[in-house]
Amino acid sequence: MSAVATRSTRGGASERSSRRWAAAAFLGPGALYLSIFFVLPLGLIVSYAFLTRGRFGGVVPEVTLENFARLFEPVYLQVIGTSIGTAAITTTLALLLGFPTAYVISRLPRRWRVTALILVLLPFWTNFLIRTYAWIILLNDAGWINGALQGLGIVDDPIRMLYTQPAVITGLLYIYLPLMILPLYSAIERIDPALEEAATNLGASRWRVFRTITIPLALPGMLIGSVFVFVPSMANFVIPELIGGGKSLLLGNLIRDQFLKARDWPFGAALALVLTAILVILLVLQARAAARAEGGGARAHS
Amino acid sequence: MRTPRWFRLPFWLTFAFLYVPIVVVVIMSFNASSSLFVWRGFSLEWYVEVFRDGALMEGLGNTLVVASGSTALATVLGTLLAVGISRYTRSGLIRAFAIAPALLPDLLLAIGLLSLFGLVQMTLGLHSVLIAHAVFSMAFVTAIVLARLSHVDPSLEEASRDLGAGPVRTLLRVTIPQLAPGIIAGALLAFTLSLDEFVIAFFTAAPNTPTLPMVIYSMVRFGVTPEVNALATMLLGVSLLAIIATQRLTRITESL
Repeated sequence: MSAVATRSTRGGASERSSRRWAAAAFLGPGALYLSIFFVLPLGLIVSYAFLTRGRFGGVVPEVTLENFARLFEPVYLQVIGTSIGTAAITTTLALLLGFPTAYVISRLPRRWRVTALILVLLPFWTNFLIRTYAWIILLNDAGWINGALQGLGIVDDPIRMLYTQPAVITGLLYIYLPLMILPLYSAIERIDPALEEAATNLGASRWRVFRTITIPLALPGMLIGSVFVFVPSMANFVIPELIGGGKSLLLGNLIRDQFLKARDWPFGAALALVLTAILVILLVLQARAAARAEGGGARAHS
Repeated sequence: MRTPRWFRLPFWLTFAFLYVPIVVVVIMSFNASSSLFVWRGFSLEWYVEVFRDGALMEGLGNTLVVASGSTALATVLGTLLAVGISRYTRSGLIRAFAIAPALLPDLLLAIGLLSLFGLVQMTLGLHSVLIAHAVFSMAFVTAIVLARLSHVDPSLEEASRDLGAGPVRTLLRVTIPQLAPGIIAGALLAFTLSLDEFVIAFFTAAPNTPTLPMVIYSMVRFGVTPEVNALATMLLGVSLLAIIATQRLTRITESL
């Protein structure tokens, strides 16, 4: 990096202009592609949210706030509420399961650490429809879990598990748990074990060490993991449909229906902005906590 | 501080939770019975059935076209972008912009692209899925190549230029060979992601050009069949191979 800097200062006008050409050649194609197929689509969603639905679907360029007013109708408020609730429960469970897992992994011998991380990642790289489908086999009335419960004599009649709210949460947790574990791992792994040891040697109880050192330093990882679990949980429409039986409608289902069934794109766009707003709020909270943890960490080190 | 002993329970629980469903699917793919729940002996019947299923094979063909095309596009653009970011700019904003598509919820990209294709009245088909998949694949390729670039010494490129090689020659003979493991790993990841991607394809494909995940979705939606188990097991094998290859290439181990 420093070599590049010195060269550009001593370089003449011709070198500077050739550098500019090179930069354009490298950055141009990708930037152009992203402008057309990433920035423009998102811009369209934002602007559609303020426009009117066409008579036969599509969008009419008449500015309105109607789409946002409709968000406050009880039907939609309820869907948004259910989605936030479902995503919050999923995120909490992911934290409860993911934190100890990430902690144990980060304290494993180096060789095992990598293996454990790959094992966490592996399901994430397999088709998510198929992973969801696996739960249909497990949770069905005649499925494996009910079979096991009946075989062990714990229950007489099968428990209804498939097509319930807990089934949806199980499915979401299953799909997104690796996204919680990875950032938690990288946050916990960075904590200097000497800090915890020093506190223990000075007489702090294990719980106190945990509360005053481990958790605050792992907080940025906890928050980024929570964003990774919370937001997609709200946007997922496949799991509520396949293992929720389509009964519990989440925000993702609603957005999909507005775009593909009701063909009310402006309202669908307004719903998508709700999702985006939640994403942005969570990211801001994360950034602030990360900055604070950084400051705290620096103090602890000095 | 020693790891609290009770942490081990959630640790094992996590792995059981992640793997029991996969193990069940793999076991049942070899089941002789058409029941999804009762074991009736070993058979490869469902594997044969997968290859006889016209809809599945068509979906697989479509998916391979989309995955190859979007991977090629994403690899070229993503690599150029990564080199450009690391050598020609210090702006964190451009870096964030290049990685952002990987972090955006798939549903938002899906409806955005559907809106764009609708606005310009483009006919949907495999080409639209290909374009869409290249958007997020490119972000992953950029991220991986950037990580690799941070280990590559820029003075080699400088030496090449000082010795009279032009920028294109320097790129092809010095930069790219050093980046090769990262580029290949990025391409493999892009291919795997496209192979499995459902939400964006669901919005941007035409009904008569379904990708493999779209075919699987409609199969699973209209009732479970043991064929899906066999297909799932094969896809699992492909993902496993891709991960092992990526792992070998990037040595993720070093950066962890």
